[in-house]
Amino acid sequence: MSVGHKVLPFAGVALLLVAWDIAIRVGRAPLLPGPLAVGRAIAELAQKGFLVKHVVASLFRVTWGYLLAVAVGVPFGILLAWYRRGGLALAPLVEIVRPISALAWIPLAILWFGVGDLSAVFIIFIASVLPLTVAAMSAVGGVSAVHWNAGRNFGLSTAEIARRVLLPAILPRLLVGLRLALGIAWLVVVAAEMIAVNSGLGFLIIDARNAGNRYDLVVAGMVLIGTIGLCLDAAMRGVERLPALRWGYAGAAAETA
Amino acid sequence: MIPVPEPAPRRTKVEIRGLQMTFRAENEVRVLENMDLDVREGEFVCILGPSGCGKSTLLNIVAGFLAPTAGTVKIDSEEVHGPDARRIFVFQERGVFPWLTVEGNIGFGLGCLPRAERERRIAHYVGLVGLQGFEKAYPQELSGGMKQRVEVARALAVDPDVLYLDEPFGALDSITRLVMRGELLRIWRAEQKTILFVTHDIEESVQLADRVVVMSARPAHIRRIVEIDLPHPRDLSSRRYLELRDGIFEEIGLAHRI
Repeated sequence: MSVGHKVLPFAGVALLLVAWDIAIRVGRAPLLPGPLAVGRAIAELAQKGFLVKHVVASLFRVTWGYLLAVAVGVPFGILLAWYRRGGLALAPLVEIVRPISALAWIPLAILWFGVGDLSAVFIIFIASVLPLTVAAMSAVGGVSAVHWNAGRNFGLSTAEIARRVLLPAILPRLLVGLRLALGIAWLVVVAAEMIAVNSGLGFLIIDARNAGNRYDLVVAGMVLIGTIGLCLDAAMRGVERLPALRWGYAGAAAETA
Repeated sequence: MIPVPEPAPRRTKVEIRGLQMTFRAENEVRVLENMDLDVREGEFVCILGPSGCGKSTLLNIVAGFLAPTAGTVKIDSEEVHGPDARRIFVFQERGVFPWLTVEGNIGFGLGCLPRAERERRIAHYVGLVGLQGFEKAYPQELSGGMKQRVEVARALAVDPDVLYLDEPFGALDSITRLVMRGELLRIWRAEQKTILFVTHDIEESVQLADRVVVMSARPAHIRRIVEIDLPHPRDLSSRRYLELRDGIFEEIGLAHRI
């Protein structure tokens, strides 16, 4: 990777910040706080200890909701693809439930779990479980018949085929699904926190507005959400670059070939 | 000319009787029609036929991946009901596992061996197919010919009696293909395997096989079995070689001119 590849993304962000600052100064618009004000707001949050508290609260909910969704959605998707009859029976159900926004579940979540962490975790779970199911199904569908047959040919038991052929074969595609679902989970936590709890970055945003129109804090919350989302995505992409997985991504394969 | 030594009578390894295959899709497709074939132990048999004639289907049935509509395949007098680690199918290079290194691929079928023995075998077969220095490489870093060698080595590493090769060199460039044929013959002689080799390449079949089974177009049946009575290494410009080759060209109904 050349130096330009590493510098350019930062240059883009810097340019945006400068343009933002100039726009605020020239336009004297009170409708949007400038980058310096937002920076000060973040510093203020950090100073008072709110920054860590809200970020940890949000990450906590996302971690649980997402991990539960992975634990349920991925095996479910694999089984649906493996046992085709089961897949045929349940696939329409999955497709009906999937387009329902997770936010539509908020009233039920509060009814079932009350206002608190459990509701937020549930909503994140609901939002990411079906995308994960579908990702796992399509990943299994993409396994080459030649690889199945090779596994069978070497006398592997079903469990061994699952572990030594199926799992490594679906991992690259599955990881893309895992990354997208994590993005969804992070997207949804904010909405869940605006309604179902009283901590976290979503709560910070809605609370800053309600409790005194502190729009610098609102934007600070937005910036934090974006930055953490970026970090989560980058971490998942890092996994995709492992040598045992790289083959699954056409672009990367073309790079080395 | 070197006289061809009379081969010792060898026992039958693969016995195909009355094999029929019909695929039922929207309309019935008869692929194989009443095939009988015996392959002797240690014999190199090429199954030659036009594309889509059903020769791959035949190989998949013999290997146990497909169940025939009628007829039986027996190996060592035992009926085949599924794939078996004693008989390995070599796909085109697509069969290597892209998530494993060269070492990992070659050792794939050796899971039950103790570590030291497994590593010794891997090293042996890495050497046999000339991939020293690439043990830690992933398939995507290898050329097509190298991947094909990995597959052959992976098959040989479990010491099977029979190898099934389905147009294994079809995707390689013509130079690599010639090199690979030479290597396969060298390995075959060193390891004494029974080989069933599917190809649509007449020259390839005459260069490699003890016998060439010439198939018809679909539904496939055996048109003729040609005994290739040429010693190895074969002289590709000898009169006998050209005679055998042209005989097959004629059998398939092709003038050997362009």
